Amino acid sequence: MNTYYNPEDLKKFGNISEYQPELAKKFFDYYGEVFKDGALTAREKSLIALAVAHTVQCPYCIDAYSTDCLEKGSNEEQMMEALHVAAAIRGGSSLVHGVQMMNKVKELSM
Amino acid sequence: MKSLQASHNQLSDTFIQLRVLNSADESIAALPKFHKKLESAGLLPFKPATLDTLQINVGKMCNQTCKHCHVDAGPDRKEIMTRYTMQQCLDALAKSNISTVDLTGGAPEMNPDFEWFVEEIRKLGRKVIVRCNLTIIVANKRYNNLPKFFKKNQVEVVSSLPYYTSHKTDSQRGDGVFDDSITALKMLNEVGYGIQGSGLTLNLVYNPSGAFFPPPQEGLQTEFKHQLLERFGIVFNELFAITNLPISRFLDYLMVSGNYDSYMEKLVNTFNPVAAQNVMCKSMISVGWDGYLYDCDFNQMLDLKINKPNSNHIADFNIQQLINRNIIINQHCFGCTAGAGSSCGGEIA
Ligand code: SF4
Ligand code: SF4
Repeated sequence: MNTYYNPEDLKKFGNISEYQPELAKKFFDYYGEVFKDGALTAREKSLIALAVAHTVQCPYCIDAYSTDCLEKGSNEEQMMEALHVAAAIRGGSSLVHGVQMMNKVKELSM
Repeated sequence: MKSLQASHNQLSDTFIQLRVLNSADESIAALPKFHKKLESAGLLPFKPATLDTLQINVGKMCNQTCKHCHVDAGPDRKEIMTRYTMQQCLDALAKSNISTVDLTGGAPEMNPDFEWFVEEIRKLGRKVIVRCNLTIIVANKRYNNLPKFFKKNQVEVVSSLPYYTSHKTDSQRGDGVFDDSITALKMLNEVGYGIQGSGLTLNLVYNPSGAFFPPPQEGLQTEFKHQLLERFGIVFNELFAITNLPISRFLDYLMVSGNYDSYMEKLVNTFNPVAAQNVMCKSMISVGWDGYLYDCDFNQMLDLKINKPNSNHIADFNIQQLINRNIIINQHCFGCTAGAGSSCGGEIA
């Protein structure tokens, strides 16, 4: 079956350098640096990545960071809480615009 | 849950396990061979560096039937080391300077001669490590005294605890195992195990509860120490993070869950030559319940005896020959050399 997403493609991420090696190298070096232990631990960064992966709804990133979170020692409860943070911000960012809607409604109303 | 042997699973035949690992007719036939990887890293011939540990498997009987068990142990396994074979181990020890004896199983404490054996090894002045599954301590009244027995014999206790929560522990080791393990850990703490300054060592082992790799050991140890102390007031010395090797019941799990190909590929892709120089077969010999000798416990469970056909039994123990042997390797060895590497003492690179 033909689909846009193929799990095997995740392993080929590095192949993007075939068409533009310099920028790909810069990106992957940067990517590697970002996820190292720093002011935040690698485990915390992986949980953030998991939450963001769900926000951008990228199946590759969800696959990769579900595994990575487990391999950094996080558990299911922590992973699901990270998703709720993403969901809360998504929901909140919709609802906080409700103030704009209210402003407009008030502007138009008697 | 039954052992693979009792459920007549074809993987209880080690020949079939090796066939799967060498993917004679599988899609991943193209995966490189372990010996080729060693060769290109300049690590052949693959020989021991020293021999400081005798790991003795005193029987396959166990009160648990963990899903990942590489021994295929369980209550239905009757293979048990006799006192006669134990005496042969003691004789071998007496004529060598091997410093450490690492007792494993099954649940080694279920061997009726377990306590006698530990005391005899101690009389020879050797350090004893017991791989205690914790729940055995509370499985029956007659085992409740084990913490005191361990203390009296200055035994180092190494115990599996795959996580600090019940869900992940029980999903791997069986219902109720977490609660019993916590009770047993408290009993060990009570007699001084894991307490700073007591000289009584209690180390824990983390194995992933699934088809993924262990987290970096140091951070995980900090997390375990914090969580076990906060939640249960439990202390311990070190945490060893161990990779699951694709053999026996873990191999069965990988195949049934559809994770086999990706797990093998990941093991191979993360081959680490530094880890390969520190794998446990470099410094130990493993003795089976019937006295046969192996390069490690994994080779033992694949029935790959040491490469000395005429002296592969503890009765023929010859330290010079053992030091000079070539280690038997196969595709499962990728489990020891992936990432930070893995041995019975955790990370090795
Ligand atoms: S892993 Fe250990 S405790 Fe679990 S069944 Fe195997 S020998 Fe028994
Ligand atoms: S599985 Fe055994 S023989 Fe193979 S590398 Fe590991 S310790 Fe050595």
